[in-house]
Amino acid sequence: MSSLLSFENVSKVFPGVRALSGVSFEVRAGEVHGLMGENGAGKSTLLKVLGGEYQPDSGRVMIDGRDVRFACAAASIEAGVAVIHQELQYVPDLSVAENLLLGRLPASHGWFSKPRVVALARARLEAMGVDLDPTMNLRKLSIAQRQMVEICKALMRNARIIALDEPTSSLSHTETEVLFRLVRQLKRERCALIYISHRMDEIYELCDACTVFRDGKRIASHADLKDLPRATLVREMVGREIADIYRFRPRKLGDVRLSVAQLVAKPLTQPANFQVRGGEIVGFFGLVGAGRSELMHLVYGSRRKQGGSIRLDGATVRVDSPRAAIRHGIVLCPEDRKEEGIVATASVADNINISCRRHSLRAGVFLNRRKEAHIADGFIRQLQIKTPRRSQKIRLLSGGNQQKAILARWLAEPELRVVILDEPTRGIDIGARHEIYNVIYQLAERGCAIVVISSELPEVLGVSDRVIVMREGCIAGELSREAASEQAVLSLALPDRANPAAHGVIPAA
Amino acid sequence: MQTNEQMSHAGAAGAGGLTAGRPAEPASFRQPLAEYSLVLIFVVMFVAMSFGVEHFFSIDNMLGLALSVSQIGMVTCTMMFCLAARDFDLSVGSTVAFAGVLCAMVLNATGSAVIAVTVAVGAGCAIGFVNGAVIAYLRINPLITTLATMEIVRGLAFIVSHGQAVGISSERFIAFGNLTLFGVSMPIWVALACFIVFGVMLNNTVYGRNTLAIGGNPEASRLAGIRVERVRVTIFLVQGAVTALAGVILASRITSGQPNAGEGFELNVISACVLGGVSLLGGRASISGVVVGVLIMGTVENAMNLLNIDAFYQYLVRGAILLAAVLLDQLKNRGERS
Repeated sequence: MSSLLSFENVSKVFPGVRALSGVSFEVRAGEVHGLMGENGAGKSTLLKVLGGEYQPDSGRVMIDGRDVRFACAAASIEAGVAVIHQELQYVPDLSVAENLLLGRLPASHGWFSKPRVVALARARLEAMGVDLDPTMNLRKLSIAQRQMVEICKALMRNARIIALDEPTSSLSHTETEVLFRLVRQLKRERCALIYISHRMDEIYELCDACTVFRDGKRIASHADLKDLPRATLVREMVGREIADIYRFRPRKLGDVRLSVAQLVAKPLTQPANFQVRGGEIVGFFGLVGAGRSELMHLVYGSRRKQGGSIRLDGATVRVDSPRAAIRHGIVLCPEDRKEEGIVATASVADNINISCRRHSLRAGVFLNRRKEAHIADGFIRQLQIKTPRRSQKIRLLSGGNQQKAILARWLAEPELRVVILDEPTRGIDIGARHEIYNVIYQLAERGCAIVVISSELPEVLGVSDRVIVMREGCIAGELSREAASEQAVLSLALPDRANPAAHGVIPAA
Repeated sequence: MQTNEQMSHAGAAGAGGLTAGRPAEPASFRQPLAEYSLVLIFVVMFVAMSFGVEHFFSIDNMLGLALSVSQIGMVTCTMMFCLAARDFDLSVGSTVAFAGVLCAMVLNATGSAVIAVTVAVGAGCAIGFVNGAVIAYLRINPLITTLATMEIVRGLAFIVSHGQAVGISSERFIAFGNLTLFGVSMPIWVALACFIVFGVMLNNTVYGRNTLAIGGNPEASRLAGIRVERVRVTIFLVQGAVTALAGVILASRITSGQPNAGEGFELNVISACVLGGVSLLGGRASISGVVVGVLIMGTVENAMNLLNIDAFYQYLVRGAILLAAVLLDQLKNRGERS
């Protein structure tokens, strides 16, 4: 059987990153092809090449054996490709019918007739066997229904190649079933489907074949999933040798510093309990959306708690704002450096001093410029922040150096007790990583309780004394450094449908 | 692209550096050029007018020019904080009128200038507080909020005065507006004091730096422990107070509280800020730029009057200047935020 879609030696390089290197694989008509791999393995880049958002640097994309080259997203749609991203593209205040026909609304001499649009949409929805009211505004629909609209939109453009990027990440169990029915129907209609998911069960349930990516390379393709052991897939996904870039240093652990008890709030599906000892580094692992960042923002006071208590060195503390947290010695390096970390318009020095300057004021109001300069210069030297001068705008620095400046912001606090780092090395090159790990160890040696959230499994295993795994809004388990193997951590992190305990608690969209 | 980025960066850094008193640091050649581009424009303009416009370059005319921009100058200082924090305030023109009317009425009723000024400034604070609280805590768009309060406060000014100008009979109060020190009249001194106080506040106090941080990135500021809402309310509150004071001074100068005073005032103030390199996207402001912005506005207006240009055409020129200012801001920001 010939393939409907094939990639041949496709490469894509971004400054400093080889996002795809020489990727080849094919999808046949009537096949659901799973793509697996860790975050950053290259799956999304591949979909963007397919969708015409990126142009490959080398290699070919072929549909029906013919070379295609999409200069833009419209060209890809024209060729019968539909890429449905995790972030859906729709207009919330237009009706289902208008969304379905957006850009191609039927009109006569520029006059648009609503009944006609609705009738047309209704006819097509019925033909596809989808039960949706075409007059309903998208804002009023559930996430799953919006996704359905997105897929229908693709079908109305007569798409034959449909790619879905983690479509179930925000769907409930029943919504997932609806989606699966539609996918199977598309399969019967001889479409070629690409299906990206982190959830093993879905891949086994839905896909005919699958391809594993790692570091922008195709690691393996499996034409038949029936007799393929899960362990093989997991090994292929994550099984790189952990070169020791972590240089883990064991240390003596102190008493319990941070103790979180029965924390209840919106995205958490169960009350959260955990403790971190002085000098201990606890890694938090979980899939995207497992609630790790949200839990830490609750601890930091930047999200509102509905109940539960936080104790520091045995004493209960009230943390209802980041300001309160900082005054208790709890600090957080946020996940999204650009949106939540740096003040792009300000200088490196201002970014470092933004919080600690309250300790160096003159007469309680006036800045002590000399002291601030001294602090900034000290950290620029100590952390080797590469900047021509302290008054340089921070936005002109590389990601790694921005991250170091944010670390410096917290290192400048005189009484640090708990340091929470959310994805501290995301998008950061190896050299800067070393330095960031070193800072983490130094802080731990000073007796801080440290939480490291990371989606990179090797990193979590490399730096942590203990690993806490989150799954679907709750803490799924806890492993000591010795017990924390990749398989053990992953099996806790991946939602397993066979495990009813994990599935009573699907987070609300 | 690269050049643009460097230029804009240099402009931003430079403007702050003028009054910041940071130690000298090595800089590229382009940096000082962008830093002083505004000053340069102003100097060129000033020299050209001194030669080209009769009666322009004289002590009397200079003092007149300064007096004419003194109220705008005061409010520009606080508007700079407002814009720097990524906020916006359209209500200042109405506040000027309301404060003037209120001051005149209280003055006529009580005969005490102290009470009159206190009441007027208090009312300004209240207006500012309402603006700030609605914007920061109820999270209503600042443009809409202050558009609404602009209408409301203007309405209040007409209601309390029954639509009539309120004449001021107190000789002492009128004399207060005409006080001079070293030949320079009081409103100019007040404006100068505002420039100095707010300049120091922007560059040398936590409040000023937090304002810039909030405008640059509100979420990061919150996570860095800044009480974002409180700072924003304070900015509006101070703006209300200073604006009301400007309204009182205006009333004293024109010896009456006029309910229709200060129409278009808010736009002049914002124009002066933008002309002075304050970014409407927040996070970037400098007091030196704002001073130059105010002076450019005043100089152009003054020269047009001296040249007897029809008032109708002056609207065109003012509009053109505002457009030019926004374009300048756009050019400066190019490459900064995509």
